[in-house]
Amino acid sequence: MKSPAKSFAARVRKLNQPGAAGRMTALVIPYAWLALFFLLPLLIVLKISVAESVMGIPPYEPLLRLAENATVQIHLTFSNFVLLLRDDMYVVAYLNSVKIAAISTLVSVVVGYSMAYGIVSSPLRWRYLLLMLIIIPFWTSFLIRIYAMIGFLKDNGLVNNLLMSLGVIDQPLAIMYTPLAVYIGIVYSYLPFMILPIYAALERTDPSLLEAASDLGARPWKAFLRVTLPLSMPGVVAGSLLVFIPAVGEFVIPELLGGLGSPMIGKVLWAEFFNNRDWPVASAVAVAMLALLVVPVMMFDRFASRYFRGRS
Amino acid sequence: MNGRLPWFAISVLVLGYLFLYSPIVSLIFYSFNESRLVTVWAGFSTKWYGALMHNDALLSGAWLSLQIAFLTASVAVVLGTLAAFALIRFGNFRGRTLFAGMVTAPLVMPEVITGLSLLLLFVAMEGVLGWPERGMMTIVIAHATFATAYVTVVVQSRLGQIDMSLEEAAMDLGARPFKVVRVITLPLIWPAMLAGWLLAFTLSFDDLVIATFTSGPGAKTLPMEVFSSVRMGVSPQINALATIFIVVVTSMVVIANQVAFRRRA
Repeated sequence: MKSPAKSFAARVRKLNQPGAAGRMTALVIPYAWLALFFLLPLLIVLKISVAESVMGIPPYEPLLRLAENATVQIHLTFSNFVLLLRDDMYVVAYLNSVKIAAISTLVSVVVGYSMAYGIVSSPLRWRYLLLMLIIIPFWTSFLIRIYAMIGFLKDNGLVNNLLMSLGVIDQPLAIMYTPLAVYIGIVYSYLPFMILPIYAALERTDPSLLEAASDLGARPWKAFLRVTLPLSMPGVVAGSLLVFIPAVGEFVIPELLGGLGSPMIGKVLWAEFFNNRDWPVASAVAVAMLALLVVPVMMFDRFASRYFRGRS
Repeated sequence: MNGRLPWFAISVLVLGYLFLYSPIVSLIFYSFNESRLVTVWAGFSTKWYGALMHNDALLSGAWLSLQIAFLTASVAVVLGTLAAFALIRFGNFRGRTLFAGMVTAPLVMPEVITGLSLLLLFVAMEGVLGWPERGMMTIVIAHATFATAYVTVVVQSRLGQIDMSLEEAAMDLGARPFKVVRVITLPLIWPAMLAGWLLAFTLSFDDLVIATFTSGPGAKTLPMEVFSSVRMGVSPQINALATIFIVVVTSMVVIANQVAFRRRA
């Protein structure tokens, strides 16, 4: 047991150690920045989601207010959340977002895994080029790639023109403004986030393990299932979280590629905020989304601390 | 893994890269189209590139976005490098779990939540402190916050690879910690810092959602201009702009990788 005085002395000694002041600044500056501009804003969203909406700027009632008799009144309402549950629009958009994000993640895992596997098994002199071709879209504008998808999918776009000139179809397939376009858009934009972590995991796999499995009589398919797949699971998990979490709240893709048939929660939040100017309901939508994502985000955090920081 | 590439892997790769690249290739192709109709070929022309040079809304948006991206990247590279130091070198300090969480969560946080929450903060701050006025400055703060997460990831993975005995040796020889960082550590991690700077710049330059939430009247970034134009329908000018962007980014990525590759080789 340390006495308070002793621990104070220890702290002073620690401060006098070379570099202690530098260490403090290195920690305090980013800590304060993130607390102020990441954590505090989320708490404000939580606060405003239980505020009453009023006409004005800002368009919500303050939670704490000095009443005339100098007592503090607390205005707290859950009506915004009740509204979310009562109105089908919100529930449908919420469930639809989860469904779209989950299916897109699954498709991305299958496509991304196959491509990462293909890259890893190709000859070394090709691998560099193949990887570059994955990294370039990763750096290229997200908005531009969605825009390219419009030109690709629309009625007189590349896909339809090609299929029609080949005589596969007589009239254009209506892909744009359907849920299918949203799925294609999400898989297309997030695919590099799936391929890169799976590739990294596959590349680390020791080939002698596969040789051992085959020496012991395992068929290639079985060796894949029992050796390669389990060893690459960390990559699959990281990729899935990197796709699923942002996809749930996606706004640009359903807005530009989807139609009325594919409402998503990010679009609803946007409309509540910019069109209805109902900040408390928009905040309640954000809180509902956060409630869904808190477990995946924490999984990602835990995963990231092992994955990026290695030993610590 | 060695041996011949199985036909399955080849067909997957061909299909996968076709999927990734045919929309982009067709976008570039039609940027040189004479016709206004983006998908009907009417002969080669560079007129949409010329028209772009006279599109004041897009040009001023691009200028604003470049300034924001430059400031964002510069702030984020400082914050991210400090955060990476704290996470890799400071052991288990009090509040480490919260700090690590705050550093990584912005990587995956949906943009609408980040944008909305920061706007609500700025409005509250403006009410209490009378600062900041919404516009370029608030976009920079918002972008720097999520870009810091990316810089931290890039720098800390490099910092984790460095042989600490170099720093310890310098300390044993009597160098002050600040000097050790300046003479030993920074020269070793600057390529990662540069990569983080470029990543932050690109992310900021590309962001639509967070900028729309946190911007004020009069500050319209390039993605905001592009988005409102795309909402009206496809236009060959946007194809031309996108082509320029893709060419610039592709050459930068190729050059950066060549440099990194040569350093390693």
